Amino acid sequence: MNDTRQVSPRRPAPRPGARERRRPPSRQWAAWAFLAPVGLYLGLFYAYPLYRNVDLSLRDYTVRSFVQGDAPFSGLENYRKIFDDPAFAPALLHTVVFTAVCLVFQYAIGLALAVFFNQHFRLSVTLRALFLVPWLLPLIVSASTWSWMLNSDSGIVNAVLHAAGIGPVNWLTSPSWSLTSVIIANIWIGVPFNLVVLHSGLQSIPRSLYEAAALDGANAWQRFWRVTFPLLRPVSAITLLLGLVYTLKVFDIIWIMTKGGPADSSATFATWSYQLGFGNLLPAFGPGAAVGNLLVVAALVLGLVYVRAQRKQAQS
Amino acid sequence: MHSTIRQRRLTAAALTALAVAVSATACSSGPGGTDTRGAGGGTYTVWDPYPQFDKASAWAKLLDQCGTKAGVTIKRTGYDTSDLGTKTLLAAQQGNSPDVLIVDNPVVSTLAEAGVLTTTEENELDTSEADPNLLAAGQSGGKTYGTPIGANTLALYYNKKVLKAAGVDIAAVKDWTSLTAALAKVKKAGKKGITFSAIGTEEGSFQFLPWFWGSGAELTELDSPKAVSALSLWKNWLKQGYAPNSVLNNTQTTSWQEFASGDYAFSENGTWQLAGAKKAGLDYGVLPIPGANGGTAAAPTGGEFVTVPVQRDTDRYAVSQRLATCLTSTANLYDTDTTLSYVAPTSKVQDKQVAANAELKPWVAAVRAAKGRTSDDLGTKYPTISEQMWKAVQSALSGAESPKDALAKAQSAVK
Repeated sequence: MNDTRQVSPRRPAPRPGARERRRPPSRQWAAWAFLAPVGLYLGLFYAYPLYRNVDLSLRDYTVRSFVQGDAPFSGLENYRKIFDDPAFAPALLHTVVFTAVCLVFQYAIGLALAVFFNQHFRLSVTLRALFLVPWLLPLIVSASTWSWMLNSDSGIVNAVLHAAGIGPVNWLTSPSWSLTSVIIANIWIGVPFNLVVLHSGLQSIPRSLYEAAALDGANAWQRFWRVTFPLLRPVSAITLLLGLVYTLKVFDIIWIMTKGGPADSSATFATWSYQLGFGNLLPAFGPGAAVGNLLVVAALVLGLVYVRAQRKQAQS
Repeated sequence: MHSTIRQRRLTAAALTALAVAVSATACSSGPGGTDTRGAGGGTYTVWDPYPQFDKASAWAKLLDQCGTKAGVTIKRTGYDTSDLGTKTLLAAQQGNSPDVLIVDNPVVSTLAEAGVLTTTEENELDTSEADPNLLAAGQSGGKTYGTPIGANTLALYYNKKVLKAAGVDIAAVKDWTSLTAALAKVKKAGKKGITFSAIGTEEGSFQFLPWFWGSGAELTELDSPKAVSALSLWKNWLKQGYAPNSVLNNTQTTSWQEFASGDYAFSENGTWQLAGAKKAGLDYGVLPIPGANGGTAAAPTGGEFVTVPVQRDTDRYAVSQRLATCLTSTANLYDTDTTLSYVAPTSKVQDKQVAANAELKPWVAAVRAAKGRTSDDLGTKYPTISEQMWKAVQSALSGAESPKDALAKAQSAVK
């Protein structure tokens, strides 16, 4: 591209077309060479593992055949196995509830905070920075802290409830509360991400629109629903999509806090897949990979829905 | 002119980058360490589940000594014990197993089933001195796959101060009924009863087993009335408030922390906490876990095995065998098991340990009565049974199901 500028001025400038024709091989080589690292990277770290995972889910692995590498092809047997598993329906339900509830709350709280911090009052920057803390903490730290706070006997939450005259709640050890507990922790972790993205989205909405709306006599509520919300739609869509992918695969928080239990009451596909693959001394890699693939497919489908919706929006 | 040079340079740079990328990946995907694997001399790899020991530790020094004696250099890696099984399987699949592997005993039969470990016939390891009940965990199908380096097991620690305040005579605690009565007294005195770990992992099964076996139940029949009685015992303790609800999420370490707070009368825990008990300044005693109707319940054996994984180059076994023998020799076992706070796997060294430290006496007795989880030729059936068992414990204790239903479900899932 820069070639023409680099050519020494003493030489007559060659016609552009002729140059191209004179030296195609080296150009092409360079192009391929530049492409190769990316291609290699994608292949090694994305395509191959994905292929392996699909392959793993289509074979009947035992520990022996895993090591010897001669697992017989079993078609969709692993998938049939997990669909028939009594743990499948609860895990599906938990995954859907976990993802949906987390997304709704993370987005709503994130948006409310973003609008709030958009007012640029004193200390707003400091406060906003404080809200980012959950995002900056390593997950193992925040999940362990939550699990201490929610401990049935010595947790601070139950101590506070006790002071308020409410009996102890077995947050992590009762089948009716465990899912709620991990959802609360995950919402807390996800809010900062929504806050940051939505806040930057808000800043790209021109001030003049608000001034115009105010002149037209719109109150704050109307300005939010008629100006902010519609103009924020593209940002909201991408926030929700990214949030969806993140939430669908949340594993660490649940695993550290409840291990998916008690009695599978907080098991999602992500923890179930891990449980199958690594949770016991005798790993079931095949079914574990199958569950993992279901997650990948779910994220992919929802991603496609998003792309479709966006295209439609662009066309209209 | 300039342009040509510039372009050539770019091409060269790109090709270099490519070459670097290719060679880097070639290194990582090739069978690891082949370059260091000449016969005679060279480097021998050892994996162990003791990441808490660094290079300066007595354990690391012992490994180096054994290496020097065998004329080789040791490359040691310590993994977290829960990762080591899977890590070894993956390494075996890639063809770069370590030369000597020290691994938690219930994993041995799984690795053996996978064909990862050599038998003692192949590696010529001498296992004649090890206690048969400990060695059994490393045996399956009539073959032995390693030798124990040390053993630990579970017993009941009790806090003398709490028991005294509640007016409990520890000598009267002989079976489940008297133990439960003691817990009731402690609760009445305003203290807390007992802590254990009923977490949804192997640790939970490990802690439940002494009660399970103490009831006379067998792992092949999870839903027997005896098994139900064991789970009902725990369930009742939770219901009466003798044990905290947090046991459902307790690891053995967190349950120990509860006991170390000084409020609890009893804690089901292992040999490895002895050092911590002294540090915490507790006035404690140790009691073997009682069986349902008295006597000592069989507790599961913990502790690791020294094994020699299969290598492509079978000449390496000779040196590996010398390393393993050195690690488990009578002289070294004493030091190793003292460092690890384990009971030795041979009666010779056990006697030496008791002579040096009388506190170990109940532990040696407990280890002698203990039983391997994969023993009785359960082998690779154990992991499946164990997973269903800890799930049943979790279901029953959390109130999701009755002990009877939970165990019935577990038994049908094993089949």
